[in-house]
Amino acid sequence: MNFGQFLLRRLFLMVIVLFGVACIVFFIANVIPADPVGAILGGNAPPEAVDRLKAKLGYDQPLAIRFVNFITGAVRGDFGVSLKTSNPVMKDIMNYFPATMELALVAIIISIFLGITLGILSAVHRNKAIDQFSRVFSILGVSMPVFWIGLLLLLVFYFKLGWLPGSGRLGFFTNPPPRVTGMYLIDSIIAGQWDTFKEALMHILLPAFVLGYNATASIARITRASMLDVLRQDYIRTAKSKGLRKNVVIYRHALRNSLIPTVTIIGLVFGGLLEGAVLTETVFSWPGLGRYITTGMLFLDYPAIMGGTLYIALIYSIANLIVDILYALLDPRMRM
Amino acid sequence: MELKGKLLDVSNLKVSFYTYRGVVQALNGVDLWMDSGERLGVVGETGCGKSVTSLAVMRLIEQPGEIQEGKVIFNGTNLVELTEEKMNRVRGAEMSMIFQEPRSSLNPVMKVGYQIGESIAKSKKLKIKHTYPEVKEILRLVGLDPERVMNSYPHELSGGMSQRVMIGMGLASHPKLLIADEPTSALDVTIQAQILELLDELARKMGNAVMLITHDMGVVAEFCDKVLVMYAGNSVEYASTARLFEKPLHPYTGGLLQAVPRVGRTDELKAIKGTVPDLVNPPSGCRFHPRCPHSMDICKVERPPFVEIEPDHYVACYLFEGKSEVREDA
Amino acid sequence: MEKTVKVSKPFMDDLKHTVFLWRKSRLTMIGSAIILIFLLMAAFAPLIAPFDPVQQNLQNKLQAPSWQHLFGTDQFGRDIFSRVIIGSRIALWIIFLVSVISGSIGIIVGVTAGYFGGIVDEVLMRITDMFLAFPSLVLAMAFAAMLGPNLTNTIIAISVVTWTTYARLSRAEATKVKSQPYIEAIRAAGGGNLRIMFLHVLPMCISPVLVQLTLRMGTIILTAASLGFLGLGVQPPTPEWGAMVSDGRNYLIDQWWISTFPGIFIAFVVLGFNLLGDGIRDMLDPRLRR
Repeated sequence: MNFGQFLLRRLFLMVIVLFGVACIVFFIANVIPADPVGAILGGNAPPEAVDRLKAKLGYDQPLAIRFVNFITGAVRGDFGVSLKTSNPVMKDIMNYFPATMELALVAIIISIFLGITLGILSAVHRNKAIDQFSRVFSILGVSMPVFWIGLLLLLVFYFKLGWLPGSGRLGFFTNPPPRVTGMYLIDSIIAGQWDTFKEALMHILLPAFVLGYNATASIARITRASMLDVLRQDYIRTAKSKGLRKNVVIYRHALRNSLIPTVTIIGLVFGGLLEGAVLTETVFSWPGLGRYITTGMLFLDYPAIMGGTLYIALIYSIANLIVDILYALLDPRMRM
Repeated sequence: MELKGKLLDVSNLKVSFYTYRGVVQALNGVDLWMDSGERLGVVGETGCGKSVTSLAVMRLIEQPGEIQEGKVIFNGTNLVELTEEKMNRVRGAEMSMIFQEPRSSLNPVMKVGYQIGESIAKSKKLKIKHTYPEVKEILRLVGLDPERVMNSYPHELSGGMSQRVMIGMGLASHPKLLIADEPTSALDVTIQAQILELLDELARKMGNAVMLITHDMGVVAEFCDKVLVMYAGNSVEYASTARLFEKPLHPYTGGLLQAVPRVGRTDELKAIKGTVPDLVNPPSGCRFHPRCPHSMDICKVERPPFVEIEPDHYVACYLFEGKSEVREDA
Repeated sequence: MEKTVKVSKPFMDDLKHTVFLWRKSRLTMIGSAIILIFLLMAAFAPLIAPFDPVQQNLQNKLQAPSWQHLFGTDQFGRDIFSRVIIGSRIALWIIFLVSVISGSIGIIVGVTAGYFGGIVDEVLMRITDMFLAFPSLVLAMAFAAMLGPNLTNTIIAISVVTWTTYARLSRAEATKVKSQPYIEAIRAAGGGNLRIMFLHVLPMCISPVLVQLTLRMGTIILTAASLGFLGLGVQPPTPEWGAMVSDGRNYLIDQWWISTFPGIFIAFVVLGFNLLGDGIRDMLDPRLRR
């Protein structure tokens, strides 16, 4: 099967899965809650208020009709209106999503860079100081809860040391740059607003590092294991027998092979980032999609919950697709 | 005494591996030598140290193993004493190696042409992309179609084709010595013959010496000028191929030859009694003594020296004590 | 000379070798020790905890760690040490129930898919994919929010999210087992599908699933703590560790102990499971067993 066919098959599967995802989301918000409206308004609400809310949410209609409406709406990008913000949910998502995207991107860049470096150094200098440090760092990183690391670092770097800001994407008095992508780092560069850029950078560093901490640890672990495995292979022995220098052997021959499992991990890790974003955004009051969803769930904002969750599943699926593609590109054996 | 004029002269080579089970004394003082252009067959059972010897010559022994003692004089230089940097200049350029499993010995994510080009680029100090005309020449030389093979990945080639690629890669820099570690063991019998023929033809053309490691006496008979028999980390017999088959001296060699089926033989195949010794706790003295039908008291005490019994025929066995000139371990 | 042949007992040898490997790895031993401490803590919690975890005592509020209150007190005057200790019971309870529920669902789905193959397999696997299309925390959050945040629903929500791993694993095992000759033999002798599935195929899946369950226990605690932290999990005043960390957020500057100690315990237990899990995985890897 060549690459084109592989791609088509994956896309087709993705569409089916997304449909199923929509079903699950619908099920969660419409079938599970015993008394959805009562849950919002409380037990003593007057019947007219209950009826009004029901009509507003569309919960007075039979389940099947609601489902069809939901699906057709979802395809169009119309998830209804948020109960809390009174905006169309899609508008809210578009507002908040770039913040999460920016956070996740900076986090993953930091983690890939740090993680792979640590992993390679660990494998090449096995059992020496850098390896021990890296392994402790990794295993702790995978064990400590993201929100707790966030609070601790917030305590140290913001409250005690005052080196980095503790919340939000920019200082209270700074205006965001003119919106192109919605990501302040990029937009401020485009607009030439260097001060805004610096401020945005300072604000994103701590949350991005915290968000990426688990990822850094995972990437370092898998790069180390994979590199050690590759270095044991026959073709590395051949490369050495050709008289190639150590650096050439590691970076030209071993690295690409050892990155193959790392790439799969990066896919898994991205999913972890989306989860971690929910927690990190809460800790750092970062106005992103994660916090939007969390607030929605705490206040039973059904349209927001449905739209937000579906959107996140979509992003997650696309990310996994990209990883599969990268995997096939890296390893010619995988183009099956 | 170092034998002058030899291309390769290995004396008293000792290699050990430190494992959790204990110290594996893989090589216990191996002696080996080759002239330029010569074909040496190194034979013995699995585990006798033939591969370890070849890796030690190339200085490719890694943790947990190390070379403890001995000399490897190649072209006048003792390789054991060289720095890694200097050794890298020898490897791939003056001395190369091909391995038993060609398909796993090639990097799976690199095109074959690139991997061959790498060898050429290193010796000619070119950029790899400038080596492609020469790579095509080499592919033709080893009997492959350059257009088809250049841009292939190793998993797309058959075992025989991969081995041809490895041979091409090994000979690309015109080394003085090609070490072939069981190059045909993983291949079909018909392909085996082709590969050996190729090695033969190329060695004639390029004038390189070939150290052929194998457990197959038939291959030795066909291909090699001289034979070194190894057992449990020691050299036990050395002679020209014809002489070894005609008059094997060491009891182990005799046993080896008797266990091999040959056309024209009508006697029963006899296996050598016993099993290969545990190299963590090897037998004292001569490591073969537990299995030897002629073992004497002295065999259990001290290892017999590797001495010349008749011209160019060496044995390590007390059965021939006193009939020899002793070859001193330098 | 007659040679006496020793009858080997492969199972005992295997077991001895496993124990040997286990003791050899320092990190695995440490992991096991941590888990043991955790289990003991949970078992004897009421005996160890000096104060009532739920009882408010406003005169003592916001006290720094001292000999009387090892981990200090929170804004309601409750002893944090006691709360953390009792919290271990909750953590253990969650791990146990989630494992049982998700393991059972996973095995049943996986064995069915693997055994019947064909369209049943395709459908079940697509359904599994659908659950896996969500980041697990987000899906768990949604379920917990809709069901209503409390301990029971936390357990249900996390189970919903974790069963997929075991389904895939069981399916792979079932596929291997079903093509074995002895299954054919049973069928020829008249064994029905259900019987074969439950008596013969399913038991083969238990072992790898058990290993996987152990490996995932750390993740279960982290998810539960995350739900608790966000307010979508176990509700106060129940002393769940994640919820306790959230409790201390507003007091972080001056009363750091309220959030810190529960977090340390979460990290500690998850670390134990991770170390033990790594060790188990290494032990079972055939390459590393020698």
